[in-house]
Amino acid sequence: MKKKTQKRNRLIALLLAGVTVISVFSGCGNRKKNKNSFWGNHKKTGKVYYLNFKPEQAEQWKELAAGYTKETGVKVEVETAASGTYESTLKSEMAKNEAPTMFQVKGPLGLFSEKDYCYDLSDSAVYKHVKSDDYVLKEKNKVVGIAYVIETYGIIYNKKILNRYFKLPDAEIHSISELNNFSTLKKVANGIQEHKNELGVRGAFTSAGMDPSSDWRYKIHLANLPIYYEYKDKGITSTDAIQGTYLNNYKQIFDLYIQDSTTDPFMLSSKTGEDAAFEFALGEAAFYQNGTWAYNDIKGNSVADEDLGMLPIYIGADGEEDQGLCTGCEYYWCVNKKASEEDIQATLDFMEWCITSEKGRKVISEEMGFITPFKTFEDYLPKNPLVKISEEYIQAGKFPVSWNFLTIPSVEWENGVGSALLEYAQKTGTWDAVVHAFVDGWKTEYTAVYGEESMIS
Amino acid sequence: MNRSVQKYFPIFLLPTLIVFTVIFLAPFILGIYLSFCKFTTITDAVWIGFFNYPRLFEDIIFRHSFWYTVSFTIVTMMLINVLAFFVALALTKKLRGKNFFRTVFFIPNLIGGIILGYIWQLLLNGLLTFVGRTLTSSGKYGFWGLVFLLCWQQIGYMMIIYIAGIQNIPWELTEAAKIDGATYWQRIRHVVIPMVMPAFNVCTFLTLTNGLKLFDQNLALTHGAPSRMSEMLALNIYNTFYGRPGYEGVGQAKAVVFFLLVATIALIQHRITLSKEVKVTE
Repeated sequence: MKKKTQKRNRLIALLLAGVTVISVFSGCGNRKKNKNSFWGNHKKTGKVYYLNFKPEQAEQWKELAAGYTKETGVKVEVETAASGTYESTLKSEMAKNEAPTMFQVKGPLGLFSEKDYCYDLSDSAVYKHVKSDDYVLKEKNKVVGIAYVIETYGIIYNKKILNRYFKLPDAEIHSISELNNFSTLKKVANGIQEHKNELGVRGAFTSAGMDPSSDWRYKIHLANLPIYYEYKDKGITSTDAIQGTYLNNYKQIFDLYIQDSTTDPFMLSSKTGEDAAFEFALGEAAFYQNGTWAYNDIKGNSVADEDLGMLPIYIGADGEEDQGLCTGCEYYWCVNKKASEEDIQATLDFMEWCITSEKGRKVISEEMGFITPFKTFEDYLPKNPLVKISEEYIQAGKFPVSWNFLTIPSVEWENGVGSALLEYAQKTGTWDAVVHAFVDGWKTEYTAVYGEESMIS
Repeated sequence: MNRSVQKYFPIFLLPTLIVFTVIFLAPFILGIYLSFCKFTTITDAVWIGFFNYPRLFEDIIFRHSFWYTVSFTIVTMMLINVLAFFVALALTKKLRGKNFFRTVFFIPNLIGGIILGYIWQLLLNGLLTFVGRTLTSSGKYGFWGLVFLLCWQQIGYMMIIYIAGIQNIPWELTEAAKIDGATYWQRIRHVVIPMVMPAFNVCTFLTLTNGLKLFDQNLALTHGAPSRMSEMLALNIYNTFYGRPGYEGVGQAKAVVFFLLVATIALIQHRITLSKEVKVTE
């Protein structure tokens, strides 16, 4: 009797152990099976995995991908990294077996050194459609990246509020055309701030939020101006050591942003990009430093499209009366060299479809509101009023400010300047710290990034 | 019975062993290897020897993070244990609705650190508005914000462990102490505390390592702001790895140093509290 139960117990134990082991393995087994039937169909055609950078257009890319799959049967997966996490997401995604076949690098200083990851696009159809080589990223005669959107930023303003200001008895100027330098901008902003109750606003500028979702507007985009003027004076396009000759101007404009603002400078660390966009979209502030891409956040609220205007960012440099808006491209499309041949081909086809097909061009120009560097878009211009304004500045003969922030040595530099700006704004730090982060940080980071590269390889 | 256990234990261990190897042991060994490499993604690493380690000590922020983390751990370890113990004492008394209170105290534990971080960021910033500050006004605000957050989250968990410990004390002991004329505080000091030493050991270990390894809450609550002054070690490693091209290996080296640090401290702590435990049970 005892023996019998022992035997039975042993049997049960064995069975249980067996089931446990099987259940562990079956997990993997199932997935494999699924994968085969799932990808099997597309093996010949390949597939596309696009890691998108812009959260603003996440939905439209998904729509475009679905449209392409419907038309051709090729599977297109689109993932969008959360704001400010593109680099880290890309880094972990690239290490996977199913790595992105299509991704973006940030200017010449992208994280992914081109030689290792970027497929040569010289023979691609997309490259043939680019208007000029100004919009491609080259390395040793190889086309490693192609810009797909030209963007412009400046100080977006609300015409309605300004018109109300112009009617005030003590208004400094009476028309927007008179606003073409820093000192006028300052007078107008001070005036609006002073009469904010009369004008029905909370401040002249939206909150200069220093939360990570917003601080790039100051540590990168605003920082472009002192860099631009310094390069211009010296006639250079990049440097290993910046002198900071225009940092006083940088201080001037930043001071204006944080003083004539909807928000107490102490609260800036908790203000987000959304906060600023809402303040502007709801008509609570007259000025908002941002770019053409911000239109999606603004439209459909209390500011009408015809009330939108955009001013150059005046910092008080000589000759700034003729300065235009800041125009450039920051992110470039790249194809993953390490992907399989079929996937590379599928990706190239998808890219071509995006810029040549009816649907692709419509979604990109109308829904995403992009102005692109491709010849195929002649008849497809976005409805975005901010884009039109940037065209007008160029036609009026104003000189566009190029995007020199692409030559910033590293993200670390940006973070250093950002932190110093915040501490300065909330008065826990001094302006000297900003100068230190800007000038000394540039040198340190440049050596860290480029010096070391040559040391090892 | 013993024989069959000896015979079959590998089969029963196998599932756990496989999972442990795949998601813990393998990445751990790979991580040590990567700390001697230069790489962008972990699949294309190139061996460069000890190059990463000296660079790690040049980093001023890393040193700051080290002391920040150590003081944070000491503060939270003491606060959480003391408070959890007293809450446990209160909730083992005859009290109406004590099960309800136990649940309430435990619930914060069920919420993820990231969500907690963002929720408390809103709440604490809302409070700090009255004095015109935010959590990121200086490293100190972030420090105490994190202390508060971690206490709120973990007191309930440690409380459960202490409750179990207190309930396991044989009633004869407290009864005998009572008959001998011991006051309430004397009973706690000489009966309850020595008897919950095993629970104390576990809780200290947990709070110590939780404090040292804190990441989610730090990321969500302050993200190291301002000027990385509230950046703890785990977040510092993360930022080094992801934030700087060319520093992936240094981040990895930091992680190895971090592991050695946590392991050493935890082992020492375990030794100390374990020795206390043996004395009382004898």
